[in-house]
Amino acid sequence: MDKFSYVNASSLKQVTSLLSDSGWGEVMMIAGGTDLLSELKEYIETPKTLINLKTLPGMDSISANASGLKIGALATVADIAKHRTIQQHYTVLAQAAASVATPQIRNVGTLGGNLCQRPRCWYYRDETVNCLKKGGDICYAVDGLSKYHAILGGDPVYIVHPSDIAPALIALNASLKIAGPEGEKTLKVEEFFTLPAANPFRENVLQPNEIVVEVQVPQPKPNTKSFYLKAREKGAPDFALASVAGVFEMMGKTCQTANVVLGGVAPAPWRSAEAETTLTGKMINESVSLKAGAEAVKDAQPLNDNAYKVTLTQNLISRTAMMAVS
Amino acid sequence: MASWGEASQSRLIGKRIARLSGKEKVTGKAKYTFDINRPGMLYGRILRSEVAHANVTDLDLTRAEELPGVKAIIPLIEVGRKIRYQGQEIAAVAAETDDIAKDALRLIYVELEELPFVVTEADAMAEGAPQIRDDWKANQSNPGKNEDGDVEAGFAEAAVTVEATYHTPVQTHVCLETHGNVVEWTDEQNLTVWASTQAVFGVRNDLARNLQLPANQVRVITEHMGGGFGSKFSAGTEGLAAARLSRMAGRPVKLMLTRKAEHLVAGNRPSMTQHVKAGATRDGRLIAYDMRGYGTGGTGGGAGFTGPYVYHVPNRRTERFNVAVNAGSQRAMRAPGHPQGAFAMDSLIDELAEKLGMNPLEFRRINDSSEVRQAQYTLGAQEIGWHRRNSVPGSGTGVKKRGMGVGSGQWGGGGGRGTQARITINPDGTVEAVTGTQDIGTGIRTAIAIIVAEELGLSPTDISVKIGDSGPGLPSGGSGGSQTTASVAPVIKTAAAAAKQKLFEHVAPLLQAPVDDLRVGAGTIYVASDRTKTVTWRQATGLLGVESISEGGNWNPELRQGGVAGTQFAEVEVDTQTGHVEVLKIVAVQDCGLAINRLTTESQINGGVIMGLGQTLLEERIMDPQTGRMLNANLEDYKVPGTFEIPEIKSIVFDTHRKVTGVGEPPCIPTLGAIANAVYNAIGVRIRELPITPDKVLTALAEKKA
Repeated sequence: MDKFSYVNASSLKQVTSLLSDSGWGEVMMIAGGTDLLSELKEYIETPKTLINLKTLPGMDSISANASGLKIGALATVADIAKHRTIQQHYTVLAQAAASVATPQIRNVGTLGGNLCQRPRCWYYRDETVNCLKKGGDICYAVDGLSKYHAILGGDPVYIVHPSDIAPALIALNASLKIAGPEGEKTLKVEEFFTLPAANPFRENVLQPNEIVVEVQVPQPKPNTKSFYLKAREKGAPDFALASVAGVFEMMGKTCQTANVVLGGVAPAPWRSAEAETTLTGKMINESVSLKAGAEAVKDAQPLNDNAYKVTLTQNLISRTAMMAVS
Repeated sequence: MASWGEASQSRLIGKRIARLSGKEKVTGKAKYTFDINRPGMLYGRILRSEVAHANVTDLDLTRAEELPGVKAIIPLIEVGRKIRYQGQEIAAVAAETDDIAKDALRLIYVELEELPFVVTEADAMAEGAPQIRDDWKANQSNPGKNEDGDVEAGFAEAAVTVEATYHTPVQTHVCLETHGNVVEWTDEQNLTVWASTQAVFGVRNDLARNLQLPANQVRVITEHMGGGFGSKFSAGTEGLAAARLSRMAGRPVKLMLTRKAEHLVAGNRPSMTQHVKAGATRDGRLIAYDMRGYGTGGTGGGAGFTGPYVYHVPNRRTERFNVAVNAGSQRAMRAPGHPQGAFAMDSLIDELAEKLGMNPLEFRRINDSSEVRQAQYTLGAQEIGWHRRNSVPGSGTGVKKRGMGVGSGQWGGGGGRGTQARITINPDGTVEAVTGTQDIGTGIRTAIAIIVAEELGLSPTDISVKIGDSGPGLPSGGSGGSQTTASVAPVIKTAAAAAKQKLFEHVAPLLQAPVDDLRVGAGTIYVASDRTKTVTWRQATGLLGVESISEGGNWNPELRQGGVAGTQFAEVEVDTQTGHVEVLKIVAVQDCGLAINRLTTESQINGGVIMGLGQTLLEERIMDPQTGRMLNANLEDYKVPGTFEIPEIKSIVFDTHRKVTGVGEPPCIPTLGAIANAVYNAIGVRIRELPITPDKVLTALAEKKA
């Protein structure tokens, strides 16, 4: 990695003022560093300054009350996975967090870092490949090797978003607080992520001078069942080939509302309105759940090597829905 | 006739004895090459080509040389020469810190004229492909052909035939400790090298030859090493570079490969593609076999594989050739040629049996002349519960389907000459065993202690075993071909026996008994015909005065034997919705001859099974035809088995005789076919291409449905 200066953050104000001096990549933030360090080592990023966020006070707390959860962006993935209230009432989130990487990485990786992590695409991660995402002319996955790439929403960059936690948060209707030089703002986690058609270079709407501060999750209704299913080649550590965050409000076997968000198949966490519509108001059984899966992938556009993800995603959605009635 | 004696007479040999270095290893105290730090040591790094094929048109090291902290820099390729694969060495640098060395690499100016490349076998063989070797046509070597019997007549006699193509990809060794060395010139003519190697003397001779030094002026030390699997026999380009940098800088240099370089240039198992047609008679005899196959070992050759394998086919024709691609070269990898050949043969056998409507185990029995494996089939089938398998493949109900399969293998492992050893008994009772072998991880250090302790009536922990050092000048061969134990054990045994004999000569007058009437007990020497006459070990060695006993041994071939048979059974569960294959259990029945240490023998079998499992389900070097690059030169996308993948492994040490045989390699052979056949038995669709990943399973299931 190249040399950089290292600043211990003392306040959000200091962080955003340091950030606002430059565009992307000059000044970067580091918390757990589980993603950023490998980007630095591979010269994917070459910042002049790193701001250490771990010295910011109080930003790692998790608080829960009857209206919902507040999780500081510096809470570790492990903290989320093992939090009793999250396990009980926000199961999909605990399961998603527990599926991340390895215990070592979960112990240092943070919520904010997990949401803002960069893609794992093997072309993007190769310093010598100047792909579209890095300002080049083509997405190499289109004609190249695309086993792990997007089947939905890819054009023109076929990365997949690697976060497990993001689909779970979106399925729980979570919001996210961002601080910038002008103060704080809150937006839905769903609106945080963007597709490459809007911006091929970034995966979210965060500006170079902004920082994710907190995530807020409304408490699901008591009749809610939620699950995170993640298909991978290897038990751990491995990123999702496809994953499904499913949150279902159930009345007996009838699904009153369904939130279905996919991971590992699109450049952003992918809310499947088709699956949700198919399930909402229906008695969940095998044929309904299969139909929900099929609807979700009917517009999928697989590349050379990832047609299997269409079947896989369909099956995972169906399995998740069936778990709500089993 | 020399022998290891009866099992009932052994106190130690054949028992389960904890590895002597186990505690050091698990507590981090054991020093591997990576852990060696010398006073004033510099850090070495190698600049490697990032392109697959190019002419080097300019190389300028000046800017890197001028970077403060850089102490030595050397080119590793000349201008005008060709880069032939990604990772090929361009220059090496030694600097005060590893970070400075890395920065220096980025200041090296290299100008390349890029050339068209081929990185996959299919591209290499395609019409109009760039030719990457002047001496081959169409990037293919001249095929090696073989024919026995009358193949056409054989097929005419066959009641059923199967025609299929089986493929295994290139797989890398993934040594936990990457290749590398710490080198130190003690003066201008004497070099000491801490090497991560499986051949201490091989590296010594390699360095001496290349640096034009007398062999006795190079000392190579490998106290512990983190895996070799066949890829660590020589000093390598990195070892020579480190020695040259160190000489230039006048300071020690540590140069270990990065994980990326390890994947790119430190060896691999070649790929295999074979088109095979085979026939069997109605009564289940293999009668004809016709195979044409190839593989790639990179820019060179070496892509051999077995076939037909284990089972005898009277009428057979084979044709094999190498395909050249712009990628790092193969090196020997745990049972070279066998796992891939076994996967094809085990699958083929399964397919033929099904066509005959025969239980595949019965079909194997008919065609297997090995009595050992016949017994292993019975034992293994019992252990796995073979009767529970689906008689109709894929007939299980539910989303997760279970199945069972079997695979077979064979190997040599009989050892050879070339080991010198000394057993020294000191007057204070201490015992040293010294030889120039090295512990590649199989536990030879502990095996040596066991043999000496058994012979002298002591405990393994009483024996000071000094191996992994060429300094004492007692050579031994490289640890390859599963040869270490069978090469070393007979020499140690005879040396210990000779030392014991010498000690008896000192004790005999005291006990007033003839030497041949003396025996060792637990820490004692006694007279066999009158057990009241006894001395303790300390009393006995006290008789030596100032003179230690020090005896050599010889490689007595009566103490070892080559040729082992192995069989494995697998039970798997396939998730038909996700395509995920979970191996539930492997029963590995491994012919072992005399297991010196049953515990480490079981460990070797476990390790072989895990490696075989990785090759079956996960591992594959992924080369990108667009960029000429290996896309998964890391441990994120090059996936090796982890805790979640490792099933219950029932490793059965199948003792067949009382002679020493090596088993480092054979347990990784039958795993591939056993798992692949179990997957077929579970889902009723055959996957003929490894690794069996979810994409392949789901695609195959979809094709079956359609």
